[in-house]
Amino acid sequence: MTTRLFGSGIRRREDPRLITGQAAYTDDIKLTGLVHAAILRSPHGHARITSIDTAAAAQAPGVLAVYTGADTEGVLNPIPCAWVIPDSDVKAVAYPAIAKDVVRYVGDAVAVVVAENRYQAEDALELISVDYAPLPAVVNPEAALQEGAPQLHEDAPGNQAFHWVAAGGDTDAAFDRAEVVVRDTIIQQKLIPNAMEPRSAIASYLSSMGELTIWNTSQNPHIARFVTCLVTGVPEHKIRVIAPEVGGGFGSKIAVYPWEMIAAFCAMKLGRPVKWTETRSENFVATTHGRDHVEYVEMAATREGRITGVRSVVYAGMGAYLSTAAPGIPTILHGLMYSGPYDIPNIKADIYGCFTNTTPVEAYRGAGRPEATFLLERLVDLLAAELNLDPVEVRRLNLIPKFDDGHDVAIGLTYDSGDYQRALDMALEHVNYGHLRHEQAHQREHGHYTGIGVSCYSEICGLGPSQVAGAVGFGGGLWESATVRFYATGKVNVYVGTSPHGQGEETTFAQIVASELGVPVDDVELIHGDTDNTPMGWGTYGSRTTVVGGGAVALSARKIKDKAVTLAAHLLEAAEADIEYADGNFFVRGAPDQGKTIQDIALMANVAWNMPAGMEPGLEATAFYDPPNFSYPFGAHVAVVSVDPDNGHIVLERYVAVDDCGPQINPMIVEGQVHGGVVQGAGQALWEGAVYDDSGQLLTGTMLDYALPRAHLVPDIETLATETPSPHNPLGVKGIGETGTIASTVTIYNAVIDALRPLGVTKLEMPLTPERVWRAIHQQDHQQDQQQDQQQG
Amino acid sequence: MKVPIKVTVNGKVCESEVEPRTLLVHFLREELGLTGTKIGCDTSQCGACVVRLDGATVKSCTCLAVQADGMAVTTIEGLAQNGNLHPVQEAFWDNHGLQCGYCTAGMIMTVTELLQRNPHPSADEVRAGLEGNICRCTGYHNIVKATLAAAETMAAAPASTTATTEATEATGG
Ligand code: FES
Ligand code: FES
Repeated sequence: MTTRLFGSGIRRREDPRLITGQAAYTDDIKLTGLVHAAILRSPHGHARITSIDTAAAAQAPGVLAVYTGADTEGVLNPIPCAWVIPDSDVKAVAYPAIAKDVVRYVGDAVAVVVAENRYQAEDALELISVDYAPLPAVVNPEAALQEGAPQLHEDAPGNQAFHWVAAGGDTDAAFDRAEVVVRDTIIQQKLIPNAMEPRSAIASYLSSMGELTIWNTSQNPHIARFVTCLVTGVPEHKIRVIAPEVGGGFGSKIAVYPWEMIAAFCAMKLGRPVKWTETRSENFVATTHGRDHVEYVEMAATREGRITGVRSVVYAGMGAYLSTAAPGIPTILHGLMYSGPYDIPNIKADIYGCFTNTTPVEAYRGAGRPEATFLLERLVDLLAAELNLDPVEVRRLNLIPKFDDGHDVAIGLTYDSGDYQRALDMALEHVNYGHLRHEQAHQREHGHYTGIGVSCYSEICGLGPSQVAGAVGFGGGLWESATVRFYATGKVNVYVGTSPHGQGEETTFAQIVASELGVPVDDVELIHGDTDNTPMGWGTYGSRTTVVGGGAVALSARKIKDKAVTLAAHLLEAAEADIEYADGNFFVRGAPDQGKTIQDIALMANVAWNMPAGMEPGLEATAFYDPPNFSYPFGAHVAVVSVDPDNGHIVLERYVAVDDCGPQINPMIVEGQVHGGVVQGAGQALWEGAVYDDSGQLLTGTMLDYALPRAHLVPDIETLATETPSPHNPLGVKGIGETGTIASTVTIYNAVIDALRPLGVTKLEMPLTPERVWRAIHQQDHQQDQQQDQQQG
Repeated sequence: MKVPIKVTVNGKVCESEVEPRTLLVHFLREELGLTGTKIGCDTSQCGACVVRLDGATVKSCTCLAVQADGMAVTTIEGLAQNGNLHPVQEAFWDNHGLQCGYCTAGMIMTVTELLQRNPHPSADEVRAGLEGNICRCTGYHNIVKATLAAAETMAAAPASTTATTEATEATGG
């Protein structure tokens, strides 16, 4: 019997069902009497609904019902926003499940058809006739706040959703005194998450019992249950939310959407289970987007390159309504991270939340931290260029020195642990930075333009201490709980409130239990995603599942170990103090051969034939883990790109990621998270971007128009790691799910600018399409020609 | 009006009546309950729906059920033989070639055909061959690695793999 311990890259326990097609995602589930809902969505970015005629649709073959906003109004409460950041004048505008009078973005629901099958439901949608009176729209967050901009909500004057300011030190004074100031305007373009599984929900209502069950493509079923109770009025204990197999989320499955509330409404009305599954085209407009900032950022420094201040004014698009966690993202998860891995005494973040006639914005992989890392690493590169220093040297000069147990940054956070210099060294050594620069210079002489981007990052994740959650207006706690249950056969179920959907915790958590208690990994099965049989938890996002949820699993296992020691002492007729433990065996010191295995203990505890006085039967424990601090993973990344000046084409030649998430429970899974994260961040730098026209039409509304990274566009990702344990986590671990995305966008961007600098290009808007690159190069040519003409003339 | 069709799916003959507009993927998922084949888009971009039709890979979202009449379809459910995983499935498992698993059926089906056409591909050839399949989770790194690993095992043990390949093709005949 081998126990697979912490740190082993074993293959995943969830994979057999996924590679054979046996896994059941929401849309794969069929219920007796199941009917299908299709939602009619606004084709206008902003319009008044003047009339709706559903009569023909209601008569169409197979149709059971057609409902509009008039039917849901007063029955479904508005969709609430659950992160109302304090002192920011948040306008939590009404977000009706189905729009009644005004539609505010392309995708807003206008009506729903329920039919016997999906084809019939979609056919009937075409028979609904809606008259719209189009209204002027605004899609750019900064423009939305300007005087005279079209107004979205009466109760949010000037389209301002909130205004949040955070500061540490005396930033304005630092800028007044600064020897050097560099500035940039950064457009963090709107992104469309595109988890490969579209969103889907099945609602089923047992009227006799008043019980509502929703299968939901959710990252956080317990939060979904809570919000469902607020919207439908069904009491929380009568709601069951099941997140079955979930095909990726990246933040887009955090929100509780109107769509599953509409499915619930239909199920309750019709007494039949109702399934709604979005098409991909629907997903582009109806599932939340990410990023969407217009940022004015500045960095103050000394002539030697010491950073003395960072400040910003950011216009953060919220879309047409406030999605579940939206206000917390450009503020708490962004504005508080302006120090990154650097020692910066003065910081100020000035953030406006802006309503626009676009799909609501939510967390998207990295959520706020990629934007913070981007502006910081961009400014550092600009500073280096301004001072004519190597960008690596400017970074070195400003990195916070190694710390093991807490470091306070100006903005008020206390980072847990970090060794930034070491990660940077490792990355540079791995790529042989000196040689790389040398080669670059050589290639330039021959008209080949390669660029090197280096970035350092520190990010905040492992969300988080519940007390802090409360203080920053998050509408819930951020602890996790886990129950570990041994059966008489020695097999184990672990029940958790987190809800992994690709991150591999069925394996990772089994490894935690196996290493804590010496059971084989295959004897441990993780149960997650069903509010009826899992303990309360706040879900999977913010790189918190292994950090916080895994912490709870470890603490439960340790409680079991304590009980096992007591029971072993009783069975071995020894004093508890004399019991030792090694690899699943409890024994009297010096006599490991006569010990009791954890399986023996599990059997005895479950049959309870011979228990010490006062000990309860059973071998199970529940622990609640509320982390005392966030976790702050960090690292250094290097990208090498080549740019063809003739056609603007960029090739990502190499990508190296050094990341530190503390000790790795399963290195294979950790690396997989980095690979995926890096490529997603590359997507933002090079290919992806939601484009709207002025009327609010999404011009990039399918996978044909919105370019996702594909296999032939990216290289292998070279992953390395340093290991700096978190001092406060029971396992020492930090999150790793988002680091790749947090670092890679700016690393690649900086590499491209580095390549183009000799051609006079210092700035480009993302995504860095060949057209943009080509135009930028040729604009420079043009300007240079003009200058030459002037000089000659 | 419904049209009768006869399709051999994973070696089993299925006779049914379908609306002419029924997509093959809906026929597989809704009629036959073979939900291993996924739908990831509606513009024929993502490859989540890839199955093999008479041995060739097709996007089953872009093919009508009636077009498969008289033909043989292999889906992800039909890949393992006698309880043994196909070497490509095994390689995806060994190499962490999947995370959320949603793209996986399409990826694996595509790779089986890719390796049949080109048993010893380079990494670049694998990447080019996966152009029609989108994965949002893995960054493709481990999918490429898994494909190369599968090529190696299949080269080392050609007998068992040819058996699977032949099974695929036999059902096509
Ligand atoms: S579902 Fe067939 S290509 Fe996307
Ligand atoms: S594994 Fe999730 S999309 Fe590929």
